[in-house]
Amino acid sequence: MSRLIQLTNGRIIDPAQQRDEIADLWIKDGVIVDRQPVDAKDADIYNLEGRWIVPGLIDMHVHLREPGEEYKETIETGCRSAAAGGFTAVACMPNTKPVNDNSSVTRFILEQAASCAARVYPVGAISQESNGAKLAEYGEMKAAGAVALTDDGRPVVDSQLMRRAMEYASSHEMLIMSHAEEVALSKGGCMHEGEMSTRLGLGGIPAAAESIMVFREIALAELTGARVHISHVSSEQALALIRNAKARGVKVTAETAPHYFTLTEKAVLGYNTHAKMNPPLRTEKDRQAIRAALRDGTLDAIATDHAPHSVLQKEVEFNLAANGIVGLETSLSLSLALIREGVIDPARLVQLMSCSPAAILGVAGGSLRNGEIADVTVIDPERQFTFSAEKSYSKGKNTPFDGWSLQGKAVLTFLGGRITYQDL
Amino acid sequence: MAEKTEQDYQFQHKHIFGIEQLSVFDISHIIATARSFREISSRQIKKVPTLRGKTIVNLFFEASTRTRLSFEIAAKRMSADTFNISASTSSAIKGETLIDTARNIQAMSPDVIILRHSSSGAPQLLAKYIDASVINAGDGAHEHPSQGLLDMMTVIDHKGTLEGLKIAIIGDIAHSRVALSDIIGFTRMGAHVHVAGPQTFIPIHISGLGARVCSSVQDAVRDADVVMALRIQMERQNDSLIPSLREYSRFFGVSRNLLELAKDDVIVMHPGPINRGVELNPDVADGGRSVILDQVTNGVAVRMALLYLVLGGNKGSDGQGESR
Repeated sequence: MSRLIQLTNGRIIDPAQQRDEIADLWIKDGVIVDRQPVDAKDADIYNLEGRWIVPGLIDMHVHLREPGEEYKETIETGCRSAAAGGFTAVACMPNTKPVNDNSSVTRFILEQAASCAARVYPVGAISQESNGAKLAEYGEMKAAGAVALTDDGRPVVDSQLMRRAMEYASSHEMLIMSHAEEVALSKGGCMHEGEMSTRLGLGGIPAAAESIMVFREIALAELTGARVHISHVSSEQALALIRNAKARGVKVTAETAPHYFTLTEKAVLGYNTHAKMNPPLRTEKDRQAIRAALRDGTLDAIATDHAPHSVLQKEVEFNLAANGIVGLETSLSLSLALIREGVIDPARLVQLMSCSPAAILGVAGGSLRNGEIADVTVIDPERQFTFSAEKSYSKGKNTPFDGWSLQGKAVLTFLGGRITYQDL
Repeated sequence: MAEKTEQDYQFQHKHIFGIEQLSVFDISHIIATARSFREISSRQIKKVPTLRGKTIVNLFFEASTRTRLSFEIAAKRMSADTFNISASTSSAIKGETLIDTARNIQAMSPDVIILRHSSSGAPQLLAKYIDASVINAGDGAHEHPSQGLLDMMTVIDHKGTLEGLKIAIIGDIAHSRVALSDIIGFTRMGAHVHVAGPQTFIPIHISGLGARVCSSVQDAVRDADVVMALRIQMERQNDSLIPSLREYSRFFGVSRNLLELAKDDVIVMHPGPINRGVELNPDVADGGRSVILDQVTNGVAVRMALLYLVLGGNKGSDGQGESR
């Protein structure tokens, strides 16, 4: 592998430096060099005319399934899927088997990830076995490499435990990520509660099941002074609470996923289990509210909630089907549509998919500054393609976007200067 | 495109998942067909050879006596071979999935599978994996189309039409697949459906399906042509949807007093089985206004019609069957 790479004629979009210009960028020994090095003539040159060069994308919410459910995904396949989607780093949720609630699991994940195509940031569990009863060992997990804490998929029911988690996490300067769901209210539900759920005879999950818990997390963050991050926000009501809290100075951040700004509950028609996720797809009004919140800063990040499942969990009765869809290889394309539709500009996209996730998790990346590690994504915003789940790198083929004609994708991904994906 | 007339009409459905998929023509045609079959049940020899050589499987994942029996009688009166498979959902959860079951049954080459299942949408899932026609005999809280059709047939028998009628449906709309099929069907045929019951039983978005939500049972029943009471499942008390059956009966049960508000020629319906003294007072259930046994009779006729029509009906052989 050549040690010097020259990316020429590309549009560099780096909001961390308020940079948006056509310029050259070099990668030398895995590090970004932003002015011409003396040995430039030896460089491998990539002519990136018409392409965008952005800091490596970071997905702060994925499920890699390893350890325990390697038939759904492994750290290796998940990272290859990430690289193909333009991601150089992912934060993986702790709901593995066993749960990542102690340092040995955290260490195992990092060992498996060491030679993979993306950086992996393990997120540890809030409670032991994520069963909502006792705090896990945050200090030990952090020392082993965990970057944040969540009981994702097993929402913390006990408000006292959540308060203690926020306080104790603050002592270790760790972030709490909340899957905000009032489970007593969502029980028996498998899609958004509305006319569609009534028509299909499916149990409904009202937006209130999300917003009630979002408000609890905000109130606890305000009480304890802790930072809290709300995962996969799906409803207008939750956004209003977050917007209001931010205005008051509460340390709350929030993410949404591409399916929430792309699809609505209508995608469930025909009992399509590839449109089943938790929180559920909601109404057009919610979808529009999410788009507005991506623009106005109420939402900080786009994360996929990449949730690979096998056909065993998806080719079943709708109410019995597993929640979640894969997303790593469609996230960027679906997000680029927001630019063409005038919702956000390219710099905002880079913030949502790279700068903010890095800042919220407190990890490297999010910028193309001279001397930074060379995690770089090259995007062709014009490329037309038909997404095929069958040909995707993830083991999970559970996506509602199979067969969609998409525009714009990652065409070259560098992880520390090493090419992890190329489709120029 | 010229407007479709009854002459051009052809029944096109291979599967019956719900009333939702049926047009006004479809519904009228099914009911007309059922009427012509109803007479068979009053003959000395209650059997015709129409479906001889056809294999019909009753695949019931939920306990049912009445619906299963009704389909079985319908099939036997048309000389089909019938088989009953009762699979408990718990055994399905233990390992064999609906799709496994479907593939196994497919290997026995059935012509029609009649499916009852606790999951909404299960018939659509089954239909993806088998060649046979699928008739939904009740899926979750979704639809129960043969019940909807027999209800429509029964009302038309007594009122001549559905157009413009006021139909009150009282009770647990939220957990009732019968209610959903009825609301969709009655509304599609031009009736005005009014629903009432404790608000815990009324889905917030039911008006989107064309039903009018009444604030009281009295409002719903006032000047109604048809009053239908839905079965209250005993376990609803434990879900905190109603405090007690006693209180339900007192405030939401259909009594003779309540019926005074309806039209003089009101008919009373119930999908069965009745909890006497809960949703229906005994004097109403067995009284002169009750058409509940007509519903049962029409049930067999409607199910004969559905079997006949999904198997190709008056188009004759569908290519594989015998040519008559």
